[in-house]
Amino acid sequence: MRTRFATVSHWWNRQSRPVQWAYMVPVVLFLLALPVLNPPIITTEPYTDFPISLFNAAVFALIAIGLNVVIGQAGLLDLGYVGFFAIGAYTAALLSSPDSELGVRYPWLVIVPIAMVVTMISGVILGTPTLRLRGDYLAIVTLGFGEIVRLLADNVDPLRGNRGFQNIARPGGEFADGTPIFSQTDALGFYWLAVIIIVIVLLFMGNLERSRVGRAWIAVREDEDAAELSGVPTYRFKIWAFAIGAAVGGLSGTLFAAQVGYVNNQRFDVTTSILYLAAVVLGGQGNKVGVIVGAFIVSYIPDRFQFEPQYRFLVFGIALIVLMIFRPQGLLGMRQHLLTYGRQAYQKLFGARAAVAPSGLSASSRARGDLPEAVPDDHAGTSPRGGGE
Amino acid sequence: MPAAGRAPDAPGERVISTVLDPAVLTPLVVHTEAWINFDVGLLIDRFWANTINGLAYGSIYALVALGYTLVYGVLQLINFAHSEIFVIGVFGVYLTFLGLGFEPGALPNLPLAAIILDLLLAGVVAMVVAGLAAVGLERVAYRPLRRRNAPRLAFLITAIGASFAIQQVIRIVRGSNPEGTIRLLPPSPAFTVFGAPVTNLQIVIILASIAMFIVADQFVNRSRLGRGIRAVAQDPATATLMGVNRERVIMITFLVGGVLAGAAALFYLMTIPQGAVYNGGFLLGIKAFTAAVLGGIGNLRGALLGGLILGVAENYGQSLFGGDWRDVVAFVLLVLVLMFRPTGILGESLARSRA
Amino acid sequence: MSEPTHDSTSTSLDVPPSEEGLLESLEHMDAAERAEHDAAVSASVAPARDFAVAQGETLLAVDGLTVRFGGLTALDDVTFDVKRGEILGLIGPNGAGKTTCFNIMTGVYRPTAGDVRLEGQSLARMKRYRIIQAGVARTFQNIRLFGAMTALENVVVGTDARHRTSVPGALLRLPRHRREERDAVEKAMALLEFVGIADRAADKATALPYGYQRRLEIARALATEPKLLCLDEPAAGFSATEKDALSELILKIRDDGYTVVIVEHDMRVVLGVTDRLVVLDFGRKIADGLPDEVRRDPAVISAYLGGAVEDAPAGAGEEDA
Repeated sequence: MRTRFATVSHWWNRQSRPVQWAYMVPVVLFLLALPVLNPPIITTEPYTDFPISLFNAAVFALIAIGLNVVIGQAGLLDLGYVGFFAIGAYTAALLSSPDSELGVRYPWLVIVPIAMVVTMISGVILGTPTLRLRGDYLAIVTLGFGEIVRLLADNVDPLRGNRGFQNIARPGGEFADGTPIFSQTDALGFYWLAVIIIVIVLLFMGNLERSRVGRAWIAVREDEDAAELSGVPTYRFKIWAFAIGAAVGGLSGTLFAAQVGYVNNQRFDVTTSILYLAAVVLGGQGNKVGVIVGAFIVSYIPDRFQFEPQYRFLVFGIALIVLMIFRPQGLLGMRQHLLTYGRQAYQKLFGARAAVAPSGLSASSRARGDLPEAVPDDHAGTSPRGGGE
Repeated sequence: MPAAGRAPDAPGERVISTVLDPAVLTPLVVHTEAWINFDVGLLIDRFWANTINGLAYGSIYALVALGYTLVYGVLQLINFAHSEIFVIGVFGVYLTFLGLGFEPGALPNLPLAAIILDLLLAGVVAMVVAGLAAVGLERVAYRPLRRRNAPRLAFLITAIGASFAIQQVIRIVRGSNPEGTIRLLPPSPAFTVFGAPVTNLQIVIILASIAMFIVADQFVNRSRLGRGIRAVAQDPATATLMGVNRERVIMITFLVGGVLAGAAALFYLMTIPQGAVYNGGFLLGIKAFTAAVLGGIGNLRGALLGGLILGVAENYGQSLFGGDWRDVVAFVLLVLVLMFRPTGILGESLARSRA
Repeated sequence: MSEPTHDSTSTSLDVPPSEEGLLESLEHMDAAERAEHDAAVSASVAPARDFAVAQGETLLAVDGLTVRFGGLTALDDVTFDVKRGEILGLIGPNGAGKTTCFNIMTGVYRPTAGDVRLEGQSLARMKRYRIIQAGVARTFQNIRLFGAMTALENVVVGTDARHRTSVPGALLRLPRHRREERDAVEKAMALLEFVGIADRAADKATALPYGYQRRLEIARALATEPKLLCLDEPAAGFSATEKDALSELILKIRDDGYTVVIVEHDMRVVLGVTDRLVVLDFGRKIADGLPDEVRRDPAVISAYLGGAVEDAPAGAGEEDA
């Protein structure tokens, strides 16, 4: 199993980025067609409406991608991520619901950038004091932040507590037969929208990863002091990680609010944050594809197999422990590529034959044809430091 | 907190207000754009009552905070699941009550001596159960990671996973609704301080907590095992070279933390008899951790001081801003402390400073 | 700190890497091509920055530096200069304050009194990453690489200190970002070749043999184009052959236009490469001068407890990594 996976990822890493995207096109098309095909074994019906289940999984994936920036890349344990999701959803509600005291009804497309900016700012506000703290303090402060956002939703009058906001704006557009593309009852259009947003966000995240920014994040995660003493403005890039993660969280909040059409204080408790964490850790911290798979597992599997919600939490709590002990790099642990022109560089160095993705093998052993599966190239979370420093 | 308005300076106006008369109080309530109300009159009126309640409740925080502080001192780990160890203690107490034949809702008609004996029994059960649970948690969740020399983040994630899993197990076994109220010892005022009543319960809790704290403090500072704990906290590598059994020290640390959490559980359930619920540990845990940080994490006396301060501050906050904001006080305090004095009031003494 | 790796070649590195792990492309070169290639590499590694001071003038001035930790005085009124283009050895018995001095120079600690000035600019209150950008880079006594990154990526992180791209540029792949990335990779590869570990460019830093890891740290520090390179016990844990190769490398770095300060216990390395020595003992400077003068200085000899300087313990068992 592991061998086969290593081989596949080996092959995959050898492809250039455009080629990889070319392979992704049919996959994305298949994902888009999934709710229409409604294939027998995969479908969650009759228990749960299949498009809705897929839409929820897609929102979860988007959240996991955002949280991955913070946890997986920069190594900052953010347990209040649900707070950003909530801020995104509430921004959408305040700016478009007739229940809002602001009295405006902006269209969804206007709301999205506003919500992202608002969450980004709140990320910076949360990060500015807390990102100077030690990593473990950060975890508990962000936990407190998530709880404060919820308490605000409970207690601040204009946020309407339990009553919530109705009729939140959704994107416009109609099918040929006049039915709206985006509606509360049929999540098909929203699912498509979510997938497209994910693809766009992934493109941008890939750009960040293969740049000074992505390298700075990994350096901070690996050894913050050494990073700073190698010239990385660590604090600034940690704030960026927080802000970018927050913006993606806000984006997913608006998407979610638009589909459901209704926001109140009931969905934003801290346990939800832990599910997000589980998605990121399960799939593989730092690995975009991995966290999408993780999100899918956390969101879709319970729908498909009709887990009681209480077992869902139990299972993923245990999964966190088991994974940290036995496979800390997650199910799909893959090395990230941190150089824009890295592939060309390695090819130039070793020639096309040996120009595989960076691995634990030396050029000479690679030339001898040693087996790739022995490569410990996926120990993103297990560098031999920690505990005793 | 966004303070949208200024409260009037109140000492002069205090005379006119009484706690229970809203009509009198109204003029003092400053409406600040319908967000948060400052009620300085209530704060001043209830000052002594708040202080006493806060000290009693704060000593529960302090006992739980000791567990965080001990583990942090030795392992530099925030044991997120410590709050669930506390909840296990709470259920230990509650199930002992049930086992002794007490019914939810009914007031027991027993001689005082019998009640005290039953409470002691429940306390011992809770301490044993919570202590064992803490040791078990360490074995299952943390020791394998230590063996693998995992990074700090992995420990934190495991701790969260363990906290979550324990919580859900309790929920599946006992349901998600709070258990019925069993009150063995109804509170009755014993005497007053500046007009504020002090109940028999509060006296018992404060005294017992302080006694337990002294025992724990003496244990760490005087006993052989305690010396081992301090040695490992200062320098695990050297301590191991000097013949300290690190694994055993870690186990003892978790055990002591669990036992103290069990004691806290008894006092908690005596104060809040309806408090046995699967997720009851979350808020209390985060506050106890705040208390530990407030006093200086890794520092036993700091945990006591932090717990008492937090308990009192929270009550003041409740009077000042209203009950809805009670929990926010702890979080805001936590952030402020971490920002301006991350080593806490007394500093980190058990823990070594990180290079 | 140095983890055993799966690679059997990693255990012994007695042969200097330039003889063992040649780049495949280099195998086909004749001597003339090799020399030309090496010259090109050296040229691209050389620092491309504007200096305010000329060769031989004071680049870094350590002025009355005093550092106290609680009651302990780690450095007591230490004053010395580093001239541009020289290799300065900072030596002294254990606990003399050498690493503390490095830590002040790179902003890890703040001085209690006194100042450190690079080309007249005070470093004492500067943020750490700004100090690097201003031109002081260092390596660490106990190796601190980014384990999840490849060797090449580690070095590129160093080059990033000279880059200005931030999130918007990277997000949209603006031209400056692309230019910087291309240059960074080129430069980093040249650096890896310069320090002699290019054959392992694609390997994870933790998978490299110990000697390679030390050289990688030097490459990462050089990537920031420092005006002053601080090497903290670079020969710790090396065999005699490796030490010779390292000395050669340090001389090569200086010849390429860098200024070097080196803290090192091994006297063979120190006397082999340094132009000048500063000797610290119990936080005070006790000698400052040419290596030959210093080794005959009675104060220095007594600081080393009467032992001849040449016989100072060298090699294993001495570094606290």
